[in-house]
Amino acid sequence: MINESIAYLLLNIDKYYEAVIVHVEISLAAIAVSFMVAVPLGIWCSKNGSVSYSVINAFTILRIIPSLAVLVIAMPILGTGFVPALFALTLLAIPPILINTYSGFRNIDPSVLECAAGMGMNTEKILFGIEIPLAMPLILTGLRTSATEVIASATLASYIGAGGLGDFIFTGIGMNDARILLIGGMSVALLSALTEVSLTAVQHMVTKYQRD
Amino acid sequence: MARTAIEFRNVSKQYANTSQYAVAGVNMRISEGSFITILGTSGSGKTTLLKMVNRIYEATSGEILYFGEHIKNLKLEEYRRKIGYVIQQVGLFPHMTVEENIGAIPQILRWDTDTIANRVNALLELVCLSPRDFKKRYPRQLSGGQQQRVGLARAMAADPDIMLMDEPFGAIDAITRQNLQEELIRIQRKLNKTILFVTHDVSEAFKLGDKVVIMHEGTIQQFDTPYGIISKPANEYVARLIATQDIVQRLKVLKAQSVMLPVDAQVSDRAFRVGTEESLHNILTYFLEHDQNHVLVEDGGRGVVGKITWEQLKVSTRQGKILSA
Ligand SMILES: Nc1ncnc2c1ncn2[C@@H]1O[C@H](COP(=O)(O)OP(=O)(O)OP(=O)(O)O)[C@@H](O)[C@H]1O
Ligand SMILES: [Mg+2]
Repeated sequence: MINESIAYLLLNIDKYYEAVIVHVEISLAAIAVSFMVAVPLGIWCSKNGSVSYSVINAFTILRIIPSLAVLVIAMPILGTGFVPALFALTLLAIPPILINTYSGFRNIDPSVLECAAGMGMNTEKILFGIEIPLAMPLILTGLRTSATEVIASATLASYIGAGGLGDFIFTGIGMNDARILLIGGMSVALLSALTEVSLTAVQHMVTKYQRD
Repeated sequence: MARTAIEFRNVSKQYANTSQYAVAGVNMRISEGSFITILGTSGSGKTTLLKMVNRIYEATSGEILYFGEHIKNLKLEEYRRKIGYVIQQVGLFPHMTVEENIGAIPQILRWDTDTIANRVNALLELVCLSPRDFKKRYPRQLSGGQQQRVGLARAMAADPDIMLMDEPFGAIDAITRQNLQEELIRIQRKLNKTILFVTHDVSEAFKLGDKVVIMHEGTIQQFDTPYGIISKPANEYVARLIATQDIVQRLKVLKAQSVMLPVDAQVSDRAFRVGTEESLHNILTYFLEHDQNHVLVEDGGRGVVGKITWEQLKVSTRQGKILSA
């Protein structure tokens, strides 16, 4: 079975490479965009107590909507292809990062911030020198969750014609061909695992001060 | 005459959504180089008063002056860097080593690396922590007492003129607290910093302060030397507050000069002599240890100026108690 899969893979290696590249591209783009939206938004929420509830709640609700539904809803508005898929995946990736950024900032001991201000650090120094580093372990946990979700859900992007490893999976299902299905499935799993491992390593580095 | 380091001019503070003033109409001048303790029960406004100095809280009305300048006119961050700040929760940066914590402000001030390293070492030595053992540790790896020593070192990093300390030893066991108190006194003598130190512990306030500010319901009840407060409490409240002091504490504050009796013409040569500033506590200790019943009080150049007998010691201790009861 595995041998047959490899044989098929070698025959279709160009198509496979392209699918991997598209899959990685779309995932990276979605993660990057959501990170750039969710981190500042999370920080802003943590400092504006009154509105934060509504924002956080809105995104939590968003999280319950299955990613496929988001894709399907996005399609009539944004059409098919890369952009709507990216949009849907970004939306999917925002909540974990947002919520974790928010809690990361909220969990900082207020006396640490009071001391920093009292010592004469300005807002910028406190943000970049104290708050972000202290919230980073949690932000990275959010990023890990998002990244894993995005890589898995990017499979669905092929449904709206964005390409990626989903093409192999859906072809496999459609043609009832386990070889093809296996190639797609294994590759997605591998990508997920790789992301998980590398992000865990990064997280390990930034939490060094919490150990030994 | 020492310059005035901090002056409060009719300073009041009312928090939003509260009906009462946390601090009401405070007027006070604090001389450069003095060690001022702020004493009062919980909720009396000590912290509020202290934190208005470095503008963690803004006064609702009145003015605070730093060496004659209105603090509102000074650039906030630059002004704060001249003021060391130590709080009970310590507030060390958990993601930075001891070295990085202490070096944080020097780094912002762009001191060069060698200068910062030397400064860190010197400060750690000053607070009795071996630089070699502690420099590379994270706050989590320190005991509470050690953390507060680092907090103190960090507050002094940029050589501030003034130190604000809010119950810095409040969460530390009695023995360690005593050590820290003594070290703080030593550091203050050595560096001649102006210190404002908040505490609700009467004996701590009296032990550390050159002068003690007694606060109650946001107002200053008395601002005087420990001796001045014990011998002449300004009002009923102060009298009750210091009555909680035990006799031994009170004897530590009372000076030979204040209770001595005039001497007769004939002075016995063999009697032990003490200075006018000697505490009654030490004199009592001498009586007990050497089975004596009187000492002579000597004033440097003027020779013997009085005497203290066992009887007199008993009477004045009791008076002190009555005064403050
Ligand atoms: N941030 C705040 N908002 C509203 N009221 C406050 C605030 N901080 C203090 N207060 C009130 O102001 C008064 C004085 O408080 P403050 O913290 O200055 O007292 P304190 O003498 O330091 O007490 P403690 O010994 O318990 O620390 C209290 O009645 C308190 O409830
Ligand atoms: Mg307080």
